[in-house]
Amino acid sequence: MSLWEYANPKKFLATSERVLPAFWALSGLCLVVGLVWGFFFTPDDFRQGSTVKIIYLHVPSALMAINAWLMMLVASLIWLVRRHHVSALAARAAAPVGVAMTLIALVTGAIWGQPMWGTWWAWDPRLTSFLILFLFYLGYIALWAAIDNPDTAADLTSVLCLVGSVFALLSRYAVNFWNQGLHQGASLSLDKEKNVADVFYQPLLVCIAGFVLLFVALVLYRTGTEIRARRMRALIARERAGAA
Amino acid sequence: MIALLLRDLRLALRAGGGFGLGLAFFLIVTVMVPFSVGPQSALLSSIAPGVLWLGALLACLLSLDRLLALDWEDGSLDLLATAPLPLEGVVSVKALAHWITTGLPLVLAAPVLGVLLNLPAQGFLWIVVSLALGTPALSVIGTFGAALTVGLKRGGLLLSLLVMPLYVPTLIFGAEVARRGAQGMDAITPMLMLAGISAGAIALLPFASAAVLRVNLR
Repeated sequence: MSLWEYANPKKFLATSERVLPAFWALSGLCLVVGLVWGFFFTPDDFRQGSTVKIIYLHVPSALMAINAWLMMLVASLIWLVRRHHVSALAARAAAPVGVAMTLIALVTGAIWGQPMWGTWWAWDPRLTSFLILFLFYLGYIALWAAIDNPDTAADLTSVLCLVGSVFALLSRYAVNFWNQGLHQGASLSLDKEKNVADVFYQPLLVCIAGFVLLFVALVLYRTGTEIRARRMRALIARERAGAA
Repeated sequence: MIALLLRDLRLALRAGGGFGLGLAFFLIVTVMVPFSVGPQSALLSSIAPGVLWLGALLACLLSLDRLLALDWEDGSLDLLATAPLPLEGVVSVKALAHWITTGLPLVLAAPVLGVLLNLPAQGFLWIVVSLALGTPALSVIGTFGAALTVGLKRGGLLLSLLVMPLYVPTLIFGAEVARRGAQGMDAITPMLMLAGISAGAIALLPFASAAVLRVNLR
């Protein structure tokens, strides 16, 4: 039993269909519990008032926006090295989800920033690097959409993902150099004594778990759709060939 | 390699090669800026380094779709791919030819256009230095973008969408060097970063460009 067995589309579909309902249910549960807990059963912050509660959407979506790109990077590498089609399709399936997460993070950040910083947008390093990440996602998706041959498209987008990762990282540090930040430091980290206060911390963890599960469920589901779409195209092509 | 470089240069310089178009575009962008923001010399001199960098970047970007497309159409790219010269070498030479025909004229023209934008006197040296260090990176990154989109019918707009985010670090450090230089501040740190980006891009990106070109020629 190895992970590579799931490179077989049939096996992948069968297993993902079995686990998908569990993922949907668990992510739904986590999101409902986390958001209700966060929105209604935590105190208002003494300086920020109730706007602090946007953290339950903002932090998890920002986290997943970056992790989605990382997942695409790993999937692209697997495609380039081992040529498993499921891997390339998973990378393709993850990209629009990553865009959505990036957008959620940007929009919730703007809604929070308006009352707190007095502005919807500032050219702060973190905000700017997220905007650049958004552009990278757009370019990646556009390249997938532009090429007809699926293997060529998978190859080119994989290389773009690798090169883009390097440049996205470079931009992240370049914008640090370019402008001073308005954004606070990391809300969560594993090696820090003190994170956000406990009352906010626990529901936030539940929300993050919900977002992670939701992402996994969406990617599995969309990968399944991509596999089926490709099968359909193959069937249609075969029928046309038979008719002619 | 030298023969290929000379061939590319000759093709660019002779009629229909589009040499000088980038330069003319750079000129026209710079001339348009005072029309759009107003002719106050204080404002112009403060934005001059950024405008010159942005103009140079756009001029580079516009010339990219001709970089490989012509050779792709007439099939000479297939011949080059089967030649003994490795494809990595071919794309490096192509990038070099692009830099000589587009980047270098921009570097030389920048001080002249700086006069139009009322660039402060100490800024002239720095705009030339920053563009001289930065435009090679623009050419090499652009070659990668051109190699990605070479097989597409209408790759032009997609090419911009792909290449622009990759240009961000170069633009940030390049414009920072020019800006600090123009204000008389210390510009060494961003200059070293800019040189590092250029050196890294020149060393590594030809491999990526050759890889995607092989996929496209398959």
